[in-house]
Amino acid sequence: MKSAVLLLPGLNRDRDMIAALTRISGEPPVTVWQTETEIPDVDLIVIPGGFSYGDYLRCGAIAARMPVMEAVRKKAQAGTRILGVCNGFQILVEAGLLPGALMRNASLKFVCREVLLEVVNADTVFTGRYGKGDIIRCPVAHHDGNYFAAPDDLKRLEDRDQVVFRYAKGTNPNGSINDIAGVVNEAGNVLGMMPHPENLIEAAHGGTDGEALFAAALEIAA
Amino acid sequence: MTIQNEIQITPDLVEAHGLKPDEYERILSLIGREPTFTELGIFSAMWNEHCSYKSSKKWLRTLPTDGPQVIQGPGENAGVVDIGDGQCVVFKMESHNHPSYIEPYQGAATGVGGILRDVFTMGARPIAAMNALRFGEPDHPKTHHLVAGVVAGVGGYGNSFGVPTVGGEVEFDARYNGNCLVNAFAAGLANTDAIFYSKAEGIGLPVVYLGAKTGRDGVGGATMASAEFDESIEEKRPTVQVGDPFTEKCLLEACLELMQTGAVIAIQDMGAAGLTCSAVEMGAKGDLGIELDLDKVPVREENMSAYEMMLSESQERMLMVLRPDKEAEAEAIFHKWGLDFAIVGKTTGDLRFRIFHQGDEVANLPIKELGDEAPEYDRPWRETGLYSPLPADQVDEPEDYGAALLSLVGSANNASRRWVFEQYDTLIQGNSLQLPGGDAGVVRVDGHPSKALAFSSDVTPRYCEADPFEGGKQAVAECWRNMTATGAEPLAATDNLNFGNPERPEIMGQLVKAIEGIGEACSALGFPIVSGNVSLYNETNGEAILPTPTIAGVGLIPDWSKMATIGGAKEGDAVILLGGDGTHLGQSAYMRECLGQADGPPPPVDLYVERRNGKVVRSAIRNGQFTACHDISDGGLALCLAEMAIASGKGMQLDIDTEIGPAHAQLFGEDQARYVVTVSPDLANFVCINAEGAGVPFRRLGTIGGDRLTIGGLLSISVEELRGAYESWFPDYMDGTAALAGEG
Amino acid sequence: MIKARVTVTLKNGVLDPQGKAIEGALGSLGFEGVDQVRQGKVFDLELESADPKNAEKQIADMCEKLLANTVIEDYAVELL
Repeated sequence: MKSAVLLLPGLNRDRDMIAALTRISGEPPVTVWQTETEIPDVDLIVIPGGFSYGDYLRCGAIAARMPVMEAVRKKAQAGTRILGVCNGFQILVEAGLLPGALMRNASLKFVCREVLLEVVNADTVFTGRYGKGDIIRCPVAHHDGNYFAAPDDLKRLEDRDQVVFRYAKGTNPNGSINDIAGVVNEAGNVLGMMPHPENLIEAAHGGTDGEALFAAALEIAA
Repeated sequence: MTIQNEIQITPDLVEAHGLKPDEYERILSLIGREPTFTELGIFSAMWNEHCSYKSSKKWLRTLPTDGPQVIQGPGENAGVVDIGDGQCVVFKMESHNHPSYIEPYQGAATGVGGILRDVFTMGARPIAAMNALRFGEPDHPKTHHLVAGVVAGVGGYGNSFGVPTVGGEVEFDARYNGNCLVNAFAAGLANTDAIFYSKAEGIGLPVVYLGAKTGRDGVGGATMASAEFDESIEEKRPTVQVGDPFTEKCLLEACLELMQTGAVIAIQDMGAAGLTCSAVEMGAKGDLGIELDLDKVPVREENMSAYEMMLSESQERMLMVLRPDKEAEAEAIFHKWGLDFAIVGKTTGDLRFRIFHQGDEVANLPIKELGDEAPEYDRPWRETGLYSPLPADQVDEPEDYGAALLSLVGSANNASRRWVFEQYDTLIQGNSLQLPGGDAGVVRVDGHPSKALAFSSDVTPRYCEADPFEGGKQAVAECWRNMTATGAEPLAATDNLNFGNPERPEIMGQLVKAIEGIGEACSALGFPIVSGNVSLYNETNGEAILPTPTIAGVGLIPDWSKMATIGGAKEGDAVILLGGDGTHLGQSAYMRECLGQADGPPPPVDLYVERRNGKVVRSAIRNGQFTACHDISDGGLALCLAEMAIASGKGMQLDIDTEIGPAHAQLFGEDQARYVVTVSPDLANFVCINAEGAGVPFRRLGTIGGDRLTIGGLLSISVEELRGAYESWFPDYMDGTAALAGEG
Repeated sequence: MIKARVTVTLKNGVLDPQGKAIEGALGSLGFEGVDQVRQGKVFDLELESADPKNAEKQIADMCEKLLANTVIEDYAVELL
C-alpha cells in the first residue's frame, strides 16, 4: 500500500516518519507540501510531529487551516486512512477531524521519555496487529499533549471505543484526561496519537513496538 | 522623515562603547579622521573581546588545531572533521552566559539558535546538541529561577528546531552566583565536497540578506557580553534578543535547499553584532570590499538608524554572496519557506566597507584593518599559588561509608540530571543510540549501516581553580575518556573558555595556564581543537567565576552494535577496575560534599597513561569483550559503581583490599585514566591478561548479582535506595514546595 | 479604521495548569486571598472597516475560525 507524508513549515519529525514508512513498506512515501490542494491516491496519509508554524497561536492551529488540510478532510471523508502523530494529532484536532483538544502538559514542561501504552481498542485498521489490553513501549516528546474533551464528548468517545491508546501503569506524562494517548474518529479511519511509534521500530531504537502500527495501517504481510 | 545618523563623538561616548582611549587613538590613526557614529559602533563591535579575541589570541595560537582528520580548524563558523565515506562532522561550542543571566529563557534559547546556525551555515544538517550549564549554589535566590528558565529555553529552541540534545553538564557552585554559564554545542553532518565557507569571491556580486527581519534587539549585545556585570544589570535587559526557532527551522531547510542548487558562493550567519561582523568577515576573507545599502534591509521596527541596523543582533539571519544567474531560484526557495530575501549590497574591488543609508554614506572603512588591526594584548599574568600535596591519610575517613556514598549520589552536583534532560527532545531524528546519563551521547550516522558519533562535554572547574594547568589537561582527558568508554575513537574537540576579567593578572594567569594544559593534552592525545569560543569578564562585583574551560569532543564509533554502555552488565559478570587503585583525594567530590572542604592539588593527569589505558579499553570494546563500561571521575570508584548499578538495575558483590591503601582513597579518590568494566565470567581472565600485557593496572573487584551494591565490610545499599537518592534531588529542588517559594 | 481587542480565556471547567502555577506563585510571594487565576490571551486588531457592527461580526468569525479553540476556549470582543 502507498503512503504520503504531509510537509508543513516547522514540522520536524517528518524525516523520522519518512524513514519509518520507507523501512516498513520498502517504499518511500510521497511528500505533499502545505500549499497543495490535491493529495495523490494513497492508502495512508501521515501528518508527522513537530512545531508547525512554531505552534505560535495554539499547537497545530495555523497548520490546520492550510490548503492541504482541506484535501486531507476530503480524503478522510472518502475513507482514506489518516494518521496524525504528536503535532499531527494536534493538527487533526484543530481541523475538527478528531474530537477534543490538546492542552499544555500538567507539569507545564516539555517531556521526552518512554511511556507504556495500553492498546484499548485493537479492532482498528491501525491497531489490528496488537491484542486488546497489550502493553507496548513508546516514546513521547511534547509540550502540549494533555488531552481534554468536554464530558459529553468524552462519554461518547469512551462508549464508542474511540479511545485507542491509554498511558498505562502510572506513566501518563501530561495529565491527559482518562489517560488518553490516542483516539480514532467514529468512522475508524483517522487516528491521532501523542506518542511516537516511528521512533521505536528497529534495534537501534532499543525496541520495535511501534512497527506493528505501521505494518497494520499499510497492510504489510506479516 | 530622516533618521538621525549623526551624533557627536565624545570621550564619554567612546568609553560607553567599551573602547579604551588608546584603542580610540588607534582608530583615528587608522582612518585619519574622526569616525562617524555608525563607524564608532562598527569599531566597538569588531574590536570588543567577544569578536576580536584581543586578550586571548596570543595564547589560542598555541593550541594544536591540525591533524589528518581535520578539514577545517578554527576561524570559520565551525570546525570540520573527516569521518570517512565522503562525510564530515561540523561542530562548535559557544557561550551565551551574560544574556542567559539577564533573561534565562531567551538567553539560553538564542545561544542554542546561534550555535545551530554556525553549523548549518557550513552546509551541515544538525544532528546533535549538548549544553554545559553552570549555576550558583542551589539555595542562592536566583539559582532556581535561572535553572528553570535556562533549561526551558534550551529545550524550547532545540526541541522546536528538531535536533536531539544528547549530552551536557549541569553544575552548581557559589562562584557562579552572579554569573551563570550557558555553553551550547551543536554538531552537524555534511558531505566533504559540499562544505560552505564565509570567504566571498568575485567583484560586483550580489550580497543577499536572508531570514528574519531586523529589529533593535541586542543592539550593543556583543559589547555587553564583554563587560563585567554590576548593580546596573537590570537596566541592560532591553538588549537581550528573542529567539524564533520556527524561523530558524525554516532557515535551515531553505539554506540546505539553496546550497544544493549551487547558488551559494559564500555564506555567513549574523551572530554577535550581526550585519557588521558578517559583512566584514565575508569581505576581508575574500580580499574584497563590501558595499551595503541599508534602505534595502528588511526591518520590523520603524525609524531604525544605520547604527542600530549595523549592530542589531536580531536572530535567524544570514548573509550570502550568490551567483547572479541563480538569484531568482534562490528567491523562490526563500519565499517558499516564508523568509525575507533582499539584495542589500555588492562585493567591490576597493577593500572598503561602505554603508549607505538614505542616500548618505554613513561609513567608509578599510575592511581588512577592521579585523586584522584589532588591538591584540599580551596582558600581564601571573600564576596563582598551588596547593602542597595532600596525602590521603591526612583526609578524614567517613564514619559511615554507606551514608557517605548516599550523600554523594544524592548531592546537587552528582544526582541524576533526568529532570533536565527529559525537557530536551533526545530522540528526534531516530538516530540516538545513547542518551544523557551515560558517559557520552551517541548518535548513529544517518544512512550508514554501522557508524555512529559520540559526543561529550567536560571540565572540572574546581580542579582548574586549584591548578589551571592540570585542570586544563584534565578537561581534555575526561572528554577523551568519556568517548573512549563507549568505544569511540576521539577525533577532535571544541573549546569554550569561560574566565573572569583578563585585566587582572591572576585571572589572565588562569587563562594562560589552562590553555597550556589543554594544548599539552590535545597534542599528547592526538585530539586537536578545531573551533571554539572565549568568554571573558565573567564576574560580578569583582568576584570571578571558577575558571571553566569547557571541552566538547566528537568521537567515531565504526560499529555501533559493539559500543559499550554504562548499564549493560549481566548477572554473574565480573567487575574489573582498569587503570589502578584510587589514592588521590585532593579537590575530590568526597571532600567537597562529605567534609565541606576544598584542599590539596587536583589529581594529576599522566597523558601517556591516559592514552595507553584508553587504547586498551577501546580495543576491548570493539572486540565485544565488555558488557558495560564507565569512566571514573567525580566521586571516584564508589560513585562510578553506584551509577553503573542504578543504570543496570543490578547489584554488585565487591571487595576491596584495605591493605593496599586507605579505603576512602580507594573508594572516593579521583585518580585519572581509570574505568570500571563488566565482563562475562568466561572472558574475565582474558581481559585481565590483556590488560597486564599492555601494562594497564587492573583489579578484579567482584561480581554482578543481587539487588544491593555491597562492598565487603564497608557498605551495602540496595540499588533501589541508591536510585531513590540519585533521582530525587533535582525534582525535589525544582518542583518541591520549597522550590515554589523561591520562584521569582 | 476600527481597533478591537479580543480576549481569549479557557472555559470554566477546563483545567488551567498555567493559571494554577501562577496562583501558587502569587501565594508564595505573599499575595494572600487570591482565590483563582485563569490565564488567557489578548489580541489587538486594526481593521480597515468603518462599520462597527460589521467589524464585530468579522472578528467573531475570526475567533470561531482561528483565534480561539472553542472546544476549550471562550472569547470576548471589545471595540476600542
